Amino acid sequence: MNMQTGKTLSVAETALCAAYDQAIGELPGDGAVLAARDVLISDFKEAGLPTRRIEAWHYTDLKALLRAVPAFDPAAAADRIEPLVEGANVLSVVNGVADKRASADGVSVTRFADALIDGSAAAGLIARDGDDTIGRLNGAFVRDGFVLDIPAGAELGNPVEIQTTQNAGQTHTRFPATFGANSKATVIERHVATGENAAFVTTVSDITLSDGAEVTWIILQAQGAADTHLGQIRITLGTDAKLRLYVINAGGKLVRQEIHVVVSGEGSDLVLRGINLLGGETHNDVTFTVGHDVPNTTSTEVIRNVIFDRAKGVFQGQIRVAPDAQKTDAKMSCNTLLLSDEADFSAKPELEIFADDVQCGHGATVIDIDHTQLYYLMARGIPENKARAMLVNAFVAEIVEELEDEPLVEALEGVIAAWLEKHA
Amino acid sequence: MLEIKNLHARIAEDGTEIIRGLNLTVKAGEVAAIMGPNGSGKSTLSYILSGREDYEVTEGDILYNGESILELDPAERASKGIFLAFQYPVEIPGVATMQFLKVAMNEQRKARGEDELTTPDFMRRVKEAAAELKIAPEMLRRPLNVGFSGGEKKRAEILQMSLLEPKLCVLDETDSGLDIDALKIVADGVNALRSPDRAVIVITHYQRLLDYIVPDTVHVLYKGQVIKSGDKTLAHELEANGYADIIGAAA
Repeated sequence: MNMQTGKTLSVAETALCAAYDQAIGELPGDGAVLAARDVLISDFKEAGLPTRRIEAWHYTDLKALLRAVPAFDPAAAADRIEPLVEGANVLSVVNGVADKRASADGVSVTRFADALIDGSAAAGLIARDGDDTIGRLNGAFVRDGFVLDIPAGAELGNPVEIQTTQNAGQTHTRFPATFGANSKATVIERHVATGENAAFVTTVSDITLSDGAEVTWIILQAQGAADTHLGQIRITLGTDAKLRLYVINAGGKLVRQEIHVVVSGEGSDLVLRGINLLGGETHNDVTFTVGHDVPNTTSTEVIRNVIFDRAKGVFQGQIRVAPDAQKTDAKMSCNTLLLSDEADFSAKPELEIFADDVQCGHGATVIDIDHTQLYYLMARGIPENKARAMLVNAFVAEIVEELEDEPLVEALEGVIAAWLEKHA
Repeated sequence: MLEIKNLHARIAEDGTEIIRGLNLTVKAGEVAAIMGPNGSGKSTLSYILSGREDYEVTEGDILYNGESILELDPAERASKGIFLAFQYPVEIPGVATMQFLKVAMNEQRKARGEDELTTPDFMRRVKEAAAELKIAPEMLRRPLNVGFSGGEKKRAEILQMSLLEPKLCVLDETDSGLDIDALKIVADGVNALRSPDRAVIVITHYQRLLDYIVPDTVHVLYKGQVIKSGDKTLAHELEANGYADIIGAAA
């Protein structure tokens, strides 16, 4: 593309444009996909990376924060890793390329690269709106991923683990998943750096729960201390569908995880739980929007943040209730444990309610360690640093325990404990 | 074992003086009861012994086995064998009771240079001690003190005490909120720990608990001082006549 924009591009913007020119010849896709990619990158060149003047990016000025973008590095070595939970079916993406032999019991699994090649993915590459930088960059660059189809009535005995690993360069993946009527499944979407080299990762999951489906979806982001991770999950809930979505951030230098939910089926229920473990110089943004479009639906959102060092956290949560969506019950809370004077957190709750018979609320708290609890633990001989770690752990473990799935709870508590061990 | 000398202490936040020249000696093997009206400084004394930061010692000293403990934090005091059974045990959601017990026992062992307990050994000890105190296994599966009734919390305190095997036990109104059956169970738990190398301080409003944990000495605390000491008959006197006579005589 040789578009004249008249704007000065930042180093990162220039690097992204150069990466596109370098990669486009090798990215999979038919004519329609290629055309869609060209539109996306041209829109990106026009708009650039968002700054704080863009409302949706006010607390994450990507243009200022994203200083550099590594080039594609097809030779970067990374390996798949053991699943989080024993017995899980792993669908592995290494350095941006999906495993050709990947399969999961009871699930139809195909590679997203194939959907790009045959053009069926083209329509989905469109960005959500003009501020959708993640959708735009991912759509332009996406190379692979998996398409999951869980048949109606299926009850998966073992969790499916979507696993992306990389150690340098760029990874752009997409994971569309359709859960058939009354199916039951647990999916772990896990993004892990296997080394210390800086990587640039975008990923978009697009999931649809058909009527009566019950799904637990866990996003576990554990990138390296130099990595940029831009994630997005788009969700549509059918009638009586139940989704438990856990978003756990425990890594990365610059992280934005967007969650966009359309509640379009009556009787559906969304449970969102977020755990953000932030240390060092990390900037971590969780942005959530939910649109309750029909009557009689519920959603609860609980976000727990633990912030050390000079890390900065952001939570933006928007609940929209359409005029017809009577009897909506939506509650959002965001609790932050600030553990250093230089730690920082911004919470922006937004309620847009156009129906009159609803229960909606939000609350945000910032707290320190409870001194009475600390004293009690110490009075039993537990040294102060260990007692503090126990209380920090308790603050987030409470959320994990709600899962009531012992192997999963144990595995996630292990991830949290290991993170705290390293950072506290 | 414990020597409190001319202790003065105040609330750190607002400087209110609570303990005003308190003297008390408790020997190994002794059970000492501390009684006194509301506001006399009984609970404050227990917090100061355990090292709670909210109180400041401004004068005097506390010697434990001959050494001052004023500079030690609560964890260091605990690992030296000082245990406070709380009047109001603290609820800690997200910390499993069993995990808490294991960490506390092992941290104290580590501080004393002993090996950590193996899991089977730990489980056996907890199971035995819990059975003695009629504590149901379900209770131990809950987060620490969360959803425990008043009586369950007090029994959990005594469970911790028997597992941690302290040398100086301070019981702060352990009888409050207990029915007579629970009181007997708790008292049996405390009596089981009585030994020649261990001292117990029982802080209470009422004679009732002292019928089951019979003290060697009784001390009356008033306005932050011990104003009268005696043997167990002093507690009976207080029960019959109230504090007015003693307070009047001391004034």
